[in-house]
Amino acid sequence: MATRTASRLVEAARVRRSFGGTVVLDGVDLAIDRGEVVALLGASGSGKSTLLRILAGLDGEASGNVSVPASRAVVFQEHRLLPWKRVAANVTLGVRTKNAASRTAAALAEVGLADRGDAWPAELSGGQSQRVAIARALIRQPELLLLDEPFGALDALNRLKMQALFSRLRAVHEFAALLVTHDVDEAILLSDRLLVLDDGHIIESIDVDLDHPRAVDTPGFATLRRRLLTLLRVPAAPDEALS
Amino acid sequence: MSLRVRRLTTPIMLLAVWEGTARAGVLAPDKLPPPSAVLEAAWRLSRDGTLGTSLLDSLQRAVLGLLIGGTLALVLGSVAGLLRAGDDLVDPTVQAARMLPHLGLVPLLIIWLGIGESLKVTLVALGAFFPIYLNTYAGIRDIDERLVEAARTCGLTWSERVRHVVLPGAMPSLFLGLRLAFAAGWLSLVVGEQVNGQSGLGFMMMEAREFSQTEVVVLGLLVYALLGLLSDLALRMGERRLLTWRRGLQAA
Ligand SMILES: Nc1ncnc2c1ncn2[C@@H]1O[C@H](COP(=O)(O)OP(=O)(O)OP(=O)(O)O)[C@@H](O)[C@H]1O
Ligand SMILES: [Mg+2]
Repeated sequence: MATRTASRLVEAARVRRSFGGTVVLDGVDLAIDRGEVVALLGASGSGKSTLLRILAGLDGEASGNVSVPASRAVVFQEHRLLPWKRVAANVTLGVRTKNAASRTAAALAEVGLADRGDAWPAELSGGQSQRVAIARALIRQPELLLLDEPFGALDALNRLKMQALFSRLRAVHEFAALLVTHDVDEAILLSDRLLVLDDGHIIESIDVDLDHPRAVDTPGFATLRRRLLTLLRVPAAPDEALS
Repeated sequence: MSLRVRRLTTPIMLLAVWEGTARAGVLAPDKLPPPSAVLEAAWRLSRDGTLGTSLLDSLQRAVLGLLIGGTLALVLGSVAGLLRAGDDLVDPTVQAARMLPHLGLVPLLIIWLGIGESLKVTLVALGAFFPIYLNTYAGIRDIDERLVEAARTCGLTWSERVRHVVLPGAMPSLFLGLRLAFAAGWLSLVVGEQVNGQSGLGFMMMEAREFSQTEVVVLGLLVYALLGLLSDLALRMGERRLLTWRRGLQAA
C-alpha cells in the first residue's frame, strides 16, 4: 500500500477547455497527493491528453485554477527524443547542475541503458527509446510525473517489462504520477487511484486497495476491472468468464 | 572496379570521337578544337599565370557574393521563420520578389551599379539569396512541434529551444538550400562575368572569343564546371560530418 501523506501536490479546480465551439473539459476537479499514482482513463477523445497538457503547463488557453509543482516531468506516447542529440545529451537536456554527467549515467543505468549513452536515438528500438524518455524525466527528480500513454506504442511483452520498471522506479523515487492509459489492467496494476473522464468531467474516482505486488490474478482485480469496463462502456470481454 | 570502368567508358569514347573528328577536319578548329588543344591551352595559360589570376578573381566574386547573399538570407529566413511579426514583415515581400528572374535584372543593375565588381557580386548574392532564404524558412517551419514541446517540458528557454531544437532540425533543409545557392551563384557569376569586365574567367573567355581562341573558351567552360563540382563535393562532405545523426535514420 502506498504511503499517503496529507499534503496535496496537485490541485485543479473547475478546469475548462474548449476548441472552437467544442467543450472538451467542462469543469474538471482533480487532486493528487504527494507520492500518489493516479491513473486517468476515458474513451478516446474524452480529453485525457488535453488535461495532462494543462497540468504540464503546455496549454495557455485553459481556464480554471491549476496548481502543480514546478518540479515535474512529462513522458509522452512517442519518445520525442531529439534525433540530432546522442542519447546521453537527450537525457541531460535542460539539466543545469554541475554533476549532470554523472546523473545522466545514473538515470540511464536505472532504465537499463547504461551502455547506450553514445548511441543516436535512431539506433534504438521503440522500447529503448521510451526508456530513454523515462530517464530524461527521472533525471529531473520530479515530484510529479505526467505520463500520456507512455507504453501505448509498445508491444505486449515490452509493455509488461515497462510496467515492472515503472513500479521499481516508483518505489525508489516516490514521485507522484498522473498516468493516462487505455489499458485497464495497466491502470489497476500501477495506480493507487483510478479516475474516469467522461463528457468533460471526472465521473468516478476509485481507490485501488490491492496489495503489492499486484498481478492480474490478485484477489479483487477482476471485480475492479469489470467495474472500470462498465464505466468506460466497454462490453465485458469474453475472457471475463475465466476469472 | 568494373563498375567504374563501365561508367568511364562513355565519356572516354566521346572524348576519343571528339578528338578524332576534330583532327580529321570534320569539326572546324575555330568551331570546336580537339580536347588536346584545350589541354594545351590549359597548360599554356597555367604557366603564364593567366588561368590562376582569372580563377582567383572569379572565386573572390563567388565567395563574396555567397557570403553577402547567404548571410542576408540566413538572417531574414530565421527572422521570418522564428518570429510571427518577422514572418508578416518579411515573407510576403520575399516571396513576391522571388518571382523576378534575377538574371533579368542585369540591365537595371548595370544602370544602378555600372559594370564593375559590384554588379557581379550583387548578381551572385541575389542568386544565392533565394534558395537559402526559402530553405531556412521552410526548415524552421517544418520543425516537429512535438519536439519543441518536449524541450519546453525539459525547462529549455525560448533561445535554448531555438539552439537545441529548431536550428539543428532545420539543418538538413539549410544544406539543401546551400547546394541550390551554390548552383545559382555559379550561374549568376557566369552571366555577370560576360557583361564586360577586366578580369576573371568570363573575361578570359570573352577575350579569347575576340581572338578566335576557341580552345580557351572551352577551357573556361570546363573550369566553371569543375568549380561547381568541387564546391558541391565540399558541401556534401560538410553535410556528412554535420548530419551524422541521420545515418542511423537512413539505415533503419
Ligand atoms: N489542438 C487541438 N485543436 C482542436 N481540437 C483539439 C485539439 N486537441 C485536442 N482536440 C480535441 O479535443 C478532444 C480531446 O482530445 P484529447 O487528445 O485530449 O483526447 P484523449 O482523451 O487524449 O484521446 P486519446 O485517448 O485518443 O488519446 C478531441 O475531440 C480532439 O479532437
Ligand atoms: Mg491522448
